[in-house]
Amino acid sequence: MSTSTDTPRLKRTGFTAAAANYLDERTSISAVVKEFGRKIFPDHWSFLLGEVALYSFVVILITGTFLTFFFQASMAEVVYNGSWVPLKGIEMSSALQSTLHITFDVRGGLLVRQIHHWAALLFVASIGLHMMRIFFTGAFRKPRELNWVIGFLLFVLAIAEGFTGYSLPDDLLSGNGLRIIDGLIKGLPLVGTWISFLLFGGEFPGTAIVGRLYTLHILLLPAMVLAFIALHLVFVVVHKHTQYAGPGRTQQNVVGYPILPVYAAKAGGFFFVVFGVIVLIASLFTINPIWEYGPYDPSPVSAGTQPDWYVGFADGMLRLIPPHWEFEWLGRTWSFNIIVPVLILVIFLALAALYPFIEAWVTGDKREHHIADRPRNNATRTAIGAAGVVFYADMWAAASGDLIATHFKLSIESVTHTMQLALIFGPIIAYFVTKRICIALQKKDRSLALHGYESGRIVRLPGGEYIEVHQPISEYDRWRLVSQESYAPLMLRPDSRGRITMSQRLRAALSRWFYEDRLTPLTQTEIEAAAHHGHGDAQPELEEAGPQH
Amino acid sequence: MAKLNQPKAASERSSRKRGRRHPFATFALIAIGLGLTGGVYAAATAVPAAASAETTASSQADVDAGQKLFQANCATCHGLSAEGTDSAPSLIGVGAAAVDFQVGTGRMPMAMDGPQAQEKTPQFTDKETKQLAAYVASLAPGPSIPASEYTDGKGDAAEGAELFRINCAMCHNVAGAGGALTEGKYAPALKGVTGTHIYEAMVTGPQNMPVFNDQNITPQQKADIITYLDYIQKNPSPGGFALGDLGPVAEGLFLWIFGLGSIVALAVWITAKAN
Ligand code: HEC
Ligand code: HEC
Ligand code: HEM
Repeated sequence: MSTSTDTPRLKRTGFTAAAANYLDERTSISAVVKEFGRKIFPDHWSFLLGEVALYSFVVILITGTFLTFFFQASMAEVVYNGSWVPLKGIEMSSALQSTLHITFDVRGGLLVRQIHHWAALLFVASIGLHMMRIFFTGAFRKPRELNWVIGFLLFVLAIAEGFTGYSLPDDLLSGNGLRIIDGLIKGLPLVGTWISFLLFGGEFPGTAIVGRLYTLHILLLPAMVLAFIALHLVFVVVHKHTQYAGPGRTQQNVVGYPILPVYAAKAGGFFFVVFGVIVLIASLFTINPIWEYGPYDPSPVSAGTQPDWYVGFADGMLRLIPPHWEFEWLGRTWSFNIIVPVLILVIFLALAALYPFIEAWVTGDKREHHIADRPRNNATRTAIGAAGVVFYADMWAAASGDLIATHFKLSIESVTHTMQLALIFGPIIAYFVTKRICIALQKKDRSLALHGYESGRIVRLPGGEYIEVHQPISEYDRWRLVSQESYAPLMLRPDSRGRITMSQRLRAALSRWFYEDRLTPLTQTEIEAAAHHGHGDAQPELEEAGPQH
Repeated sequence: MAKLNQPKAASERSSRKRGRRHPFATFALIAIGLGLTGGVYAAATAVPAAASAETTASSQADVDAGQKLFQANCATCHGLSAEGTDSAPSLIGVGAAAVDFQVGTGRMPMAMDGPQAQEKTPQFTDKETKQLAAYVASLAPGPSIPASEYTDGKGDAAEGAELFRINCAMCHNVAGAGGALTEGKYAPALKGVTGTHIYEAMVTGPQNMPVFNDQNITPQQKADIITYLDYIQKNPSPGGFALGDLGPVAEGLFLWIFGLGSIVALAVWITAKAN
């Protein structure tokens, strides 16, 4: 283990040193090596999630390149004559024909296709989990707010990559997916139809869309993802990693392994672990069996038509809107069954993207944070996060309402109605339950820190009284439990003109709500007193809501 | 002959004598016309049905045995002579195919009221099923049990796959994995259903399934559909385990639980080893 505080470099002589010196004097490479090579990675599994995303993206790039050798992004009609019997003699676009060719007639083609698609699912899933790690530990706080926004853009770009990708083969399922997007666009007032015609080069489905999606999928979007990943990682190096509280870990250092040589070796190994898991899954499990779906034709829609999981939340939101939200007004059709879900999705995503700024405004906290919060120690944020996760999960589950109905022998109407209720009440319940659990956990930590743990040893005192002996916990553990930053809600102060504005009142009220029910962090004297007495008499206290003095 | 001709000649004479037609002649003409059209139509529609019918005619003994079985097991719901009751429809004219399907897949006798009749282990032997079918077929003509040349999966799979996507996939899913309908009803998965039962389902339209008669889908096309369903059962997915053929939902669930799950487990392991 080492820390990132500068260690004096040894003076070396000889050829290597001379060569290194030569290079350095001309490229200043040592600054880069020092910055990147000495970057410290804390050792906690949740810090590897971003890497999982990175590695699955690398896998996607490698396999995607292979696929471009054979794929033909054209919607010209051809007759299939390859090896898959149930499609022989059927008319289809050459996009589907070439994908079937890759699947059945290119050596290893099916495996590569499956690796590419499974890796895409893993890519977005690991981004999701990575994002949750960042959120619940507060790693998005100053100075990392911008990196959160970059990360959020990557999340959206990754979804777009996936969607354009699975629309390429021009099979029945992908055509149905595009049809939904087309409907969604056409449902937007005034501009909808124009945008749709622009996108599809005429009336849906037209003959242009596959070619256009191909350009997005293999050129524009990957270039943007790469650029943002580069920026994202530069920021990670510049800001250094956050770390969990622990002995020797401060706001000024990072404890862990430096990239060179320890971490690079480990990370290289981890790349192959991720790659290996993806290949294992891809070689055993079918994904996107286009040969079952057949060519796209606007009339048939299969039961159980769903998008890939990461688009599911949007599909689910559409399914959750009750019927008859469409009416005519001013000679136009207003499709509120589309406008409302689109608005809900945009607001939800915007809240996620801007959360660091919202929280900073509410708390008025302008300090830098390099120690990750334990989720329980920031009960309100954790509760907000839980509410968001439940909201998302409900939309997501709604996209598979029909499968839930058939597999649990329910009626699809009752499934939909339950999910409509859960969309509204689920997040509220999740908020309060999570908050209570966090506070209870804080109290448990508090009593552990002050009174130690129950040893199970019962002692009878001379007076006849029985007590259970509490063992104090180790210094190391206590450090983890008590190192918590103190916060106070914002106070209402008149501005320079002696007035208190509405927005200030709102901010103060939100701030009070954010810190409500918090346990006041222990003071040093309380901790020491407890340490000396074996068990102190300080009780966990609820902080009173309201400005402090 | 002469004797027989006489009354006709007499009536001809008499009508000519009166100089106008018998008041019932119009009626008779219309009746004959209707009868003829109906007969021709029936004969025309019966042609494909006849083509698909099993040639072995059921004996009167089968019909009688079937009637006994019916009265013992089905009459409570369907009425003593299959005329139907408040709780179950009439079976007059549903044909042998409907009985063979409903009883052969265990749907009948129906066990309990639910959104739709459930499949169970069939309660009758093959012979008894055929006897029941013979009895119901004897009540009125209807679709008969198909000949094996249409149900043995020797048609054109590609043709069948396309027909299946157009006519059946919206309820049964492209891979025949089944799907939800409204109010708790569902189109079942088609794995393991025999060719005969698939054919019979199409011609009789059980419960909430539409009828696909021989004008909609010819017997040969039905045979193609059966061939396709047979093909995807005999040739498991070239990509590996198919995750129930449920598409992206199953894939996503699998990826989150087993894919990301195992990677997180490995990440925990790697970081734990270091300490
Ligand atoms: C518990 C009552 C019950 C019993 C017993 C029962 N059925 Fe039925 N049957 C029904 C009902 C109800 C339906 C209509 C189902 C629907 O359409 O949803 C039906 C439908 C049918 C049909 C399909 C009719 C059509 O229009 O295609 C056939 C054939 C049939 N029954 C045969 C039988 C035979 C043969 C037996 C005895 C072995 C039997 N049923 C016993 C209740 C019953
Ligand atoms: C409107 C939806 C719908 C369509 C379209 C449809 N089915 Fe069905 N199908 C059903 C329902 C509902 C049932 C279940 C009936 C029951 O349980 O009695 C069913 C049952 C069946 C069964 C019996 C399955 C079993 O497990 O016993 C077969 C076979 C079948 N369908 C084949 C087809 C074929 C082939 C087509 C296309 C030509 C088709 N279906 C079209 C709704 C549909
Ligand atoms: C293309 C997708 C992404 C890749 C390849 C990626 C990669 C990485 C890597 C390798 C790290 C360093 C290791 C770690 O802390 O896990 C990291 C950190 C980070 N990521 Fe991402 N990430 C992606 C998406 C996202 C998303 C969607 C967000 C949030 C909206 C995000 C926010 C962050 C932040 C704030 C950090 C710094 C965390 C810290 O220092 O503790 N990233 N990312």
